[in-house]
Amino acid sequence: MSCNRAVSVLHGYFDRELDALGAAEFERHLERCFDCVGALEALESLRSSINIAELYEKAPARFRKKVLARVRSERPAVIFPARAPWRWLALAAVFLLLAYAGWRVIPVKRGGSYETVLAAEIVDAHLRSLQPGHLTDVVSTDQHTVKPWFDGKLDFSPPVHDFTDQGFPLQGGRIDVVHGRSVAALVYVRRKHFVNVFVWPTEEKDAAPRSGSQQGYQWVAWRKGGMEFCGVSDAAPSALEELQRLFTE
Amino acid sequence: MLNSQDQVRFETVVLPHLDAAFNLARWILRSGADAEDASQEALLRAYRFFDGFHGGDVRAWLLQIVRNTCFTWLEKNRRMNDMTEFDEELHVPPGPTPESLAIAADSRGRLTHALESLPPRYREVIVLRELEGCSYKEISTITSIPIGTVMSRVSRARRQLQVALADPANNEAIHEL
Repeated sequence: MSCNRAVSVLHGYFDRELDALGAAEFERHLERCFDCVGALEALESLRSSINIAELYEKAPARFRKKVLARVRSERPAVIFPARAPWRWLALAAVFLLLAYAGWRVIPVKRGGSYETVLAAEIVDAHLRSLQPGHLTDVVSTDQHTVKPWFDGKLDFSPPVHDFTDQGFPLQGGRIDVVHGRSVAALVYVRRKHFVNVFVWPTEEKDAAPRSGSQQGYQWVAWRKGGMEFCGVSDAAPSALEELQRLFTE
Repeated sequence: MLNSQDQVRFETVVLPHLDAAFNLARWILRSGADAEDASQEALLRAYRFFDGFHGGDVRAWLLQIVRNTCFTWLEKNRRMNDMTEFDEELHVPPGPTPESLAIAADSRGRLTHALESLPPRYREVIVLRELEGCSYKEISTITSIPIGTVMSRVSRARRQLQVALADPANNEAIHEL
């Protein structure tokens, strides 16, 4: 590579990081510099090798769970004045308190079946979403706006449908976290009751709907086409079942 | 201090980037097990600093904490022997042909080996640019190096990766430079 332009400007051009003027100038240069054309081809080849090799290493599922549990067990930081003699005593007291708090809070979920734990998480996520400003990240009743919004934010593409004609107008969507993974949350409204439908990919086979209630909220979960769905709302159970049917039709 | 709303916000906006955090740590540290420890440590630090985060690019913010944690980790574990300063005038033999690179692509192992043979600060920019798809501006934020330096570091990292791929036997020699 004898051309001295092929040092870093070439990489800036390859990464589309040059401004319009710089890119135009480099393109003029490319017309007569075979070194740079060859170098550019080699970069493209390198990038495709990297893509083909699938080097991206995702966080293992059990690690994801562990981190979520760790974060949830954290409590607000307590700042102590430096070198106070009672610091360690106070710290020990805080640890005891945390251990006790953790013991009191966690057993509610611990020991339950996978489904109970999941339902509890789904209801939590639903409750969170009802806090001001949390319901939707993309506000639209148009499925063609909501669906592309998820592109690039999730590692899967959730099915998005508007059911206005059937009594479930789509309100929008957002990204939520359930079981330590990012999921799509689709928001519908049914006679002033919000319905969250959480969607994430699964490798399990299709499954008929299961339903239940938790803390006064109804949920219905089903699997279809490699996706896990879970709808939750304070609307009547029949309404959720109706929405579930619309999804599977 | 995080109130419960911030806690929820943390889980909603930061945790979705756990894969990015893990992936960066894995390649800087060259070990999945170390990456788990370091990225968990980084996540907990992020959690504690979260009330100081006022919007913006949350992935870049988190990855900055992750890479700082990883480099501290490398230092602590005295694995800095491959962290040599870069010679601006580094001479790189002629680049490999597209054909030789295509052959290299057959083997994920070869690419992994080549990438791992690079100094950590080169691995870092390759991972951020090629695997994470970060812009130079994002890389500049994450690594705290000036944006003008990002382009030259990316270019040097790529050239070294090409060389390592073309001839794995060269790796040791490159380290000496």
